[in-house]
Amino acid sequence: MGLKIVVLAKQVPDTRNVGKDAMKADGTVNRAALPAIFNPEDLNALEQALRLKEKYEGSTVTILTMGPGRAAEIIREGMYRGADNGFLLTDRAFAGSDTLATSYALSKAIEYIGKFDVIVCGRQAIDGDTAQVGPQVAEKLNLPQITYAENIVSAENGKIVVVRRLERGVETVSGPMPMVVTVNSTAPECRPRNARRLMQFKHARTITERQESNDDYVAMYSERPYLNIQEITALDIKGDAAQLGLSGSPTKVKTIENIVFQAKESKILGTSDDEIDELMKELITNHTIG
Amino acid sequence: MNNVFVYLEIEEGIVADVSLELLTKGRSLANQLNCKLEAVAIGHNLKGLEKQVFPYGVDVLHTADDARLYPYTTQPHATILIKLFEKEKPQIALMGASSIGRDLGPRVSSALHSGLTADCTSLEIGGHEDKKAGKTYTDLLYQIRPAFGGNIVATIINPDCRPQMATVREGVMKKEIFAQNHVGKIKPIEVAEYVSETDFAVSIIERHMEKSKVNIKNSSIIVAGGYGVGSRENFKLLFDLAEVIGGEVGASRAAIDAGYADKDRQIGQTGITVRPKLYIACGISGQIQHVAGMQESAIIISINNDANAPINQLADYRINGELEEVLPKMIQFYKKNTK
Repeated sequence: MGLKIVVLAKQVPDTRNVGKDAMKADGTVNRAALPAIFNPEDLNALEQALRLKEKYEGSTVTILTMGPGRAAEIIREGMYRGADNGFLLTDRAFAGSDTLATSYALSKAIEYIGKFDVIVCGRQAIDGDTAQVGPQVAEKLNLPQITYAENIVSAENGKIVVVRRLERGVETVSGPMPMVVTVNSTAPECRPRNARRLMQFKHARTITERQESNDDYVAMYSERPYLNIQEITALDIKGDAAQLGLSGSPTKVKTIENIVFQAKESKILGTSDDEIDELMKELITNHTIG
Repeated sequence: MNNVFVYLEIEEGIVADVSLELLTKGRSLANQLNCKLEAVAIGHNLKGLEKQVFPYGVDVLHTADDARLYPYTTQPHATILIKLFEKEKPQIALMGASSIGRDLGPRVSSALHSGLTADCTSLEIGGHEDKKAGKTYTDLLYQIRPAFGGNIVATIINPDCRPQMATVREGVMKKEIFAQNHVGKIKPIEVAEYVSETDFAVSIIERHMEKSKVNIKNSSIIVAGGYGVGSRENFKLLFDLAEVIGGEVGASRAAIDAGYADKDRQIGQTGITVRPKLYIACGISGQIQHVAGMQESAIIISINNDANAPINQLADYRINGELEEVLPKMIQFYKKNTK
């Protein structure tokens, strides 16, 4: 019997490649200057899901992402790599969500979509590095969790076995399904896009995207229902407004500051033999080294 | 009620450094807030553990002692903390930003709807005025952390929800004995009343814990490389220098993401925080997240071909040039001058 697997994925600004134009003159972050990417560890999670799908015939992999309309890009990306379908959870009501409000919305969306055996996501997203959403979703769904996963060894007979990579060691654990699993970057990299799947899913769209592009492929979407990326809103998931967005977020950002380093008076050296020789002598004399 | 709580991480009967560091921070916060410092030990064979923590100023040590509670698994520890916090109503709860604290903290904060800030680099007490709601708050915990790829530093508060929870990485706070003869009270927790069978659904089949091979934290000299080093091969230059002058090699996150160095060498907010006598920054631009992990180094040398690299602001010595030229010369002249 196949597994039902959902991958929680996030579209994130690529903070690893922050260029000089990433900050505006007024000191705020220029999000537009940063490319939006599939959160790297969520790709590791997708790979684990796809491996389970290959191992257990009849399994399905669903991508769930919360974000603005353009986050549908990562659902398509997931489909190109092997996911069967995807849901975009999008609503202005989610604006200003901290990790807790995000986890609440995601957990309600999972309940709305259906029952899953494995809920898998990256350990953390590179735009916040909090590693909170996975465990919080697990708690909201009253499910057990396995974090820091490097390899999902098996998921059969109601039991999942996972190897965890911790700061100071390795653990193999087992637990009942459904289970929430968060995956480390030390897990195998995600497979690339598959050319055939790229052709198959390149027209996958959310309803909003279809309305905006104004193309008349109406027939195509009814003939090929898999091209519909479902959009779900706060109303669909019957979310309690008090727990969504800013009002559902116990943490508030009080201030944001640009950091200007207190400039020290530094000695400026070139690379000539004499200068380096002088420096090493100085460090040895004042017992910094040696 | 209304006290500062610290969750203790315990491995083989030893309280982790990160927990002791948080006790030191917790003690100073408790003094400022005029409340008590309480610690929570969940594990097995905890008798005598108080000797390790009372000198750090713990007023109350809660102990949950049961064979099933060691090694750590998520749910029983989470259930005990959740119920204990519901009963004791701490105003602040701190834990290590370790693989345990980052597994446990979010689950507890979700159940209590309390809000949690990960990887704080500084914790302070202060007030807040919410002009929209017309409310003023005093004695809030300022949870300060770099954000957004290290371009900004954010101060996070939880005005209305308790406890105010934060995780902090090992080495970020300093651990300091409060008073060698300080004695607190031990309050045992009735484990059976707190946890149920379903909390033990996840079981550990195999476990291999190892001491980290790299000892950056305690090294007095660190040669660290950034993205500017350019390749794993070039990192060998750093290892050569470190070996000759008796240091360890560290790396920025950018260098690790690029595959130039191994993860256990990462210095910075999401890596290790260091305070060496000498920090040689090679090809490191100096994002805040990296700087957060090394700014207290006594002497900083920056070697960079970009004269405008932000880290130069912090440097005692700036060498404007190529690593391939400078590092071999440093080795050469060190050898010459120590002969």
